[in-house]
Amino acid sequence: MNILVNSVYLVAAAFFIIGLKGLSRPDTAVRGNLLGAVGMFLAVLVTVIAYDMLNPLWILGGILLGSIVGTWMALKVKMTAMPQMVGLLSGFGGIASLLVAVVSFLDVIIMKALELNAGVFVFDTQFIVSIVISVFIGALTFWGSMVASGKLQGVITTHAVKFRGDQVVKVLVMLAAVASMVGMVMYPGKLIYLWLLIFFSSFLGILLTISIGGADMPIVISLLNSYSGLAVAATGFVLDNTILIISGAIVGASGIILTQIMCKAMNRSLANVIFGGVGGKDAEKG
Amino acid sequence: MNLVYLIIIFVLSIFLGYELITKIPPLLHTPLMSGTNAISGITIIGALIATGSGNSRLCMVLGAVALFFATINVVGGFVVTHRMLEKFKKKEKK
Repeated sequence: MNILVNSVYLVAAAFFIIGLKGLSRPDTAVRGNLLGAVGMFLAVLVTVIAYDMLNPLWILGGILLGSIVGTWMALKVKMTAMPQMVGLLSGFGGIASLLVAVVSFLDVIIMKALELNAGVFVFDTQFIVSIVISVFIGALTFWGSMVASGKLQGVITTHAVKFRGDQVVKVLVMLAAVASMVGMVMYPGKLIYLWLLIFFSSFLGILLTISIGGADMPIVISLLNSYSGLAVAATGFVLDNTILIISGAIVGASGIILTQIMCKAMNRSLANVIFGGVGGKDAEKG
Repeated sequence: MNLVYLIIIFVLSIFLGYELITKIPPLLHTPLMSGTNAISGITIIGALIATGSGNSRLCMVLGAVALFFATINVVGGFVVTHRMLEKFKKKEKK
């Protein structure tokens, strides 16, 4: 069964790669997008068939509702509002990765609590570290994307919001997020670190995007899209799942390149966008 | 699976993604961004596995929410990309 699943995942990955290649040329773009969709369908199909789905009703409900809402949003959105639509969608991808990591984590916690009835939790290092990374990038992507889309839609001010010492605040929040990550890896049984990590990562996502002006938002959305790919790859390490790692890494890397190309086209610096509207001199802190 | 193999897959895929995107006409920037975004909705696989193996009600509910968002990402992403590309096609014909 494992061989079947991974073989189909490989086929799906090939579809994604050929699809992306097609998307970068005008004459093959439509076909490239369709190939991507076929790859996705294959991957979903084989997963549903091969894994024991304990909760078929919940799964059917989630997919059905998501498909309806997704189609409705995609058909209703105006052509001029495309960048914020993409931002919204990549934010949804980020929160989904975060939730998958949290569910995998809580599942183990709850099971161990039932089995051991004691406060000692021993976690596999790969498992807990990738959960922490997935939660961090997922929360950052979600809130960053919400702010970016909000700015493009005009719900949030399109001006670059800056205040005295905002760079210091960003660094402090980043350090707090890192501290929560370390705490969670060292004391996985203490759920407080999970909540702290979600809080600080979300806060960082908001801070990083709110300090960038509205005109640069398409670049920011492209960058966040790349981040959401990395969150997917991290989730792949949580679940030992190859297709998540492959697709996540491809989206993460190609997203960065695309962001760089867009930066050049708009005459902006990539470091500026990554660190939220600061000069290149602060780039080393990342 | 062995962590080393997973890391090998990860690193090679990074290089692949890096090489995949080269010269893109500006017209295709947004559709390509949207297309890669739809592919990053592959986290739907993770959501399926998480929901399907959830042992507690809390995990089931959170998993289903993840599945909901991931499905919007996937379906919305591919449909929106298709719409953008259709628009370009019509323009070219004119």
